[in-house]
Amino acid sequence: MLFDYEVLRLIWWALLGILLIGFAVTDGFDMGAAALMPFIGKRDEERRVIINTVGPVWEGNQVWFILGGGAIFAAWPALYALSFSGFYLAMFIVLFALILRPVAFKYRSKRDGAKWRRNWDWALFISGAVPPVIFGVAVGNAMVGVPFYYTDELRPMYEGTLFGLLNPAALFCGIVSIAMILMHGAAWIVLKTEGEIAARARRIGFYAALASVVLFALGGAILSFGWLGGYVLTSTADWAGPSYPLAKSVEVARGAWLANYMNVPLLAIVPALGFIGLAGAAVGFKTGGVERLTLLASGTGVAFIIATVGVTMFPFILPSTIMPDHSLMVFDASSSRNTLRNMLISVIIFLPLILGYTAWVFHVMRGKVTEDGIAKSSHAY
Amino acid sequence: MPDPLIVDLSRLQFALTAMYHFLFVPLTLGLSILIAMMETVYVMTGKPIWREMTKFWGVLFGINFALGVATGITMEFQFGMNWAFYSHYVGDVFGAPLAIEGLMAFFLEATFVGLFFFGWDRLKPVTHMTVTWLMALGTNFSALWILIANGWMQNPVGSAFNPDTMRMEVTDFMAVLFNPVAQAKFVHTVSAGYVTGAVFVLGISAFYMLRGRHMQLAKRSFAIAAAFGVASTLSVIVLGDESGYAITDHQKMKLAAMEAMWETEEAPASFTIIGLPDMEARETHLAIHVPWVMGLIGTRSFDTQIPGIYDLVDHAEDRIRNGLYAWDALEAIKADRASPAAREQFAQYQDDLGYAKLLLKYTEDPMAATEEQIRAAAWDTVPHVPSLFFTFRVMVLSGVLLLGLFVAALWMISREDPLPRWLLHLSVWSIPVPWIAMEIGWFVAEFGRQPWVIEGVLPTFLAASNLTLLDIAITITGFTLVYGILAVIEVRLMLAAISKGPAVVDAIDDLVPGMGEGGNRTPALTPAE
Repeated sequence: MLFDYEVLRLIWWALLGILLIGFAVTDGFDMGAAALMPFIGKRDEERRVIINTVGPVWEGNQVWFILGGGAIFAAWPALYALSFSGFYLAMFIVLFALILRPVAFKYRSKRDGAKWRRNWDWALFISGAVPPVIFGVAVGNAMVGVPFYYTDELRPMYEGTLFGLLNPAALFCGIVSIAMILMHGAAWIVLKTEGEIAARARRIGFYAALASVVLFALGGAILSFGWLGGYVLTSTADWAGPSYPLAKSVEVARGAWLANYMNVPLLAIVPALGFIGLAGAAVGFKTGGVERLTLLASGTGVAFIIATVGVTMFPFILPSTIMPDHSLMVFDASSSRNTLRNMLISVIIFLPLILGYTAWVFHVMRGKVTEDGIAKSSHAY
Repeated sequence: MPDPLIVDLSRLQFALTAMYHFLFVPLTLGLSILIAMMETVYVMTGKPIWREMTKFWGVLFGINFALGVATGITMEFQFGMNWAFYSHYVGDVFGAPLAIEGLMAFFLEATFVGLFFFGWDRLKPVTHMTVTWLMALGTNFSALWILIANGWMQNPVGSAFNPDTMRMEVTDFMAVLFNPVAQAKFVHTVSAGYVTGAVFVLGISAFYMLRGRHMQLAKRSFAIAAAFGVASTLSVIVLGDESGYAITDHQKMKLAAMEAMWETEEAPASFTIIGLPDMEARETHLAIHVPWVMGLIGTRSFDTQIPGIYDLVDHAEDRIRNGLYAWDALEAIKADRASPAAREQFAQYQDDLGYAKLLLKYTEDPMAATEEQIRAAAWDTVPHVPSLFFTFRVMVLSGVLLLGLFVAALWMISREDPLPRWLLHLSVWSIPVPWIAMEIGWFVAEFGRQPWVIEGVLPTFLAASNLTLLDIAITITGFTLVYGILAVIEVRLMLAAISKGPAVVDAIDDLVPGMGEGGNRTPALTPAE
């Protein structure tokens, strides 16, 4: 039952979401904190405090991204091949930012010069601010659809350009993404610091949370009023059939991205939890003194915004604008049953271990980061 | 078919980024184990000098690790970016080891590396030591899964082409995991990483001894590196992955090319020490042979023949002709998915489908290929002989030199005090040798795999994405610039940390007992020089 092909495909669709959420929730606060660091940290000591709140954990958090890439490769090879080659230059910019990040963390405080450190501060800012924007734009493009088709040997052919990715709907998603990541980073800084730094983070966090609520609502409105076309499957789907993306028919239809909520109204709980999380974070920033709850609320908001995208598009993964029949679907873009099963067994074994030792590391490193602590430490960034 | 220029540039970019990444990987592999061993001695003996050593080499490890991680991200995503058809065609098989690498290995090393640096004051010594070992274990597991993926490219076991999805799919995952080529590669590569770590520690310790600095730390580090180095170098040489070369057709071809062995010889074959391989004349001039040696190394037997290039090309030609039946059947399946006759024919010849694809370089329709084109495609299976022949010899020579160095170091450290200066100088100057050997080793393995990206399954020239020249020009330039700048910064920081010595680690207060013996100035009194 668990290892039926159709069940495996659904599980891996959910796992794709869970890995992306794992990445956004953990690495999200690293990136948010790094993007806020030059503005919240006025003096070098303050900036080091912010950097060191994420110092011991960002490396593990970033593996969610690497694992996400690997899991897409293994479970959704068609998606991996198409999106990574199609978004080629955008991916390069993300890589550029992510290459800067480890080095910036490690190298910034190894030398004293003000210019050296200022340059690395901007590198950290770029590495924190650019990826969320690009990931948001990429998700936006997935919802709009991207221009691709397959040859009859199933060679993916992508017809778009870097600037083609910058359509209004996609840019809007980029803004939503950076707003929620800044909120999440601010919630982390509030939890891990004290005094003036925490106070500044609370103020910025409040506005970021407020902006996220408004933007998320605006996104819902855009879909509801049918301003953005969606896609609809017009043939039957063979959920246990071979992954061959040329055997179905798909049409473009206005309002199609609301169909799932019309058919199963209970699904509205997913965006609703997103709103509750975002609003809760805003309230938490405003009242203060509830740092853990605020971080939890902001994490919930981030998680359910991402889940909302998945639920909205299901069973589509990546629609094609120029050849809708070639769109990638949950039932025709996956790996073979063997691979999905083997990978699921690996996940069942290793994911609990990962969550266990990650939780232990966060526990060991718990508590506030202070200027005194950094001054005494030999290993702080 | 992708534009050949795009394919060549994608290969160039992959080679640049992979070889650059591999400047950092071996040191991470070797140094993580050495650090864990040092910390274990600290925990067992309680002598603070070992803790100081762990922290000092840990700083150098950290500088190196940062770039290893940064450049590793590129590798994970480049398959999809530049090799879309490859990723689509074999992702079902090739993606899984990469994903499991993330689950099992990379999470482990990346999560615990933070605690390694930040956990000193928060963890008990035994717990911290465990963290260090888990980090080292993570790096080694990482290498295991990457080499399982790479081993499958050299020997694609446990998989078959599925006409219903038009791609390769897993049929036997255990066969992929226990691929003999992958196992040989894993042992060989990881041992080579240990050699790199050992040479690095040996060389820097020798540098300190030459200057009379940090003698306590340097002597102990030198000793542990020498012992570890002897064991690892023996492992690299004895368990060299030549043992994996007898397995598949193209591995045999690679072996024949590395040895410039054009004709099949009576077993056991002779070994060509040196000569001038000639791709045009298809023979090796001025060759000096040692009887029997090649047969013994390559087959571990007296009576198994090692095929020469001419015979292997004839064999490839047969496989191309068989592959045409598979190609023909696949076209029939595309036209009529239900046709049982076509499926039966395909099942019979599917193992040779990849060989028919070699013809796509010459003609759009392989069924219309001429005899000359088939002959030319068969000769395409021969990689560039002279470059493999010479680079392989440089790699072997490096291994032998390093073995000599480690044996001499281990021999003398227990007998001579102070150590002879020539040995110390030799140790310092040997630091680059393992890197040269390893980059060359990867060149032999991967350039020798050509024309295949997956042996016998997919030719490289079909595997690239349909990118524009501008796309690739931007990324090659970008990677070169960023990587170049980072290399300069990394080397500077590394040199600065080395010249500061153990003083780079603070928290000296608790190190004072046990220090300062034997005329050594304590690091606390020697700030940066």
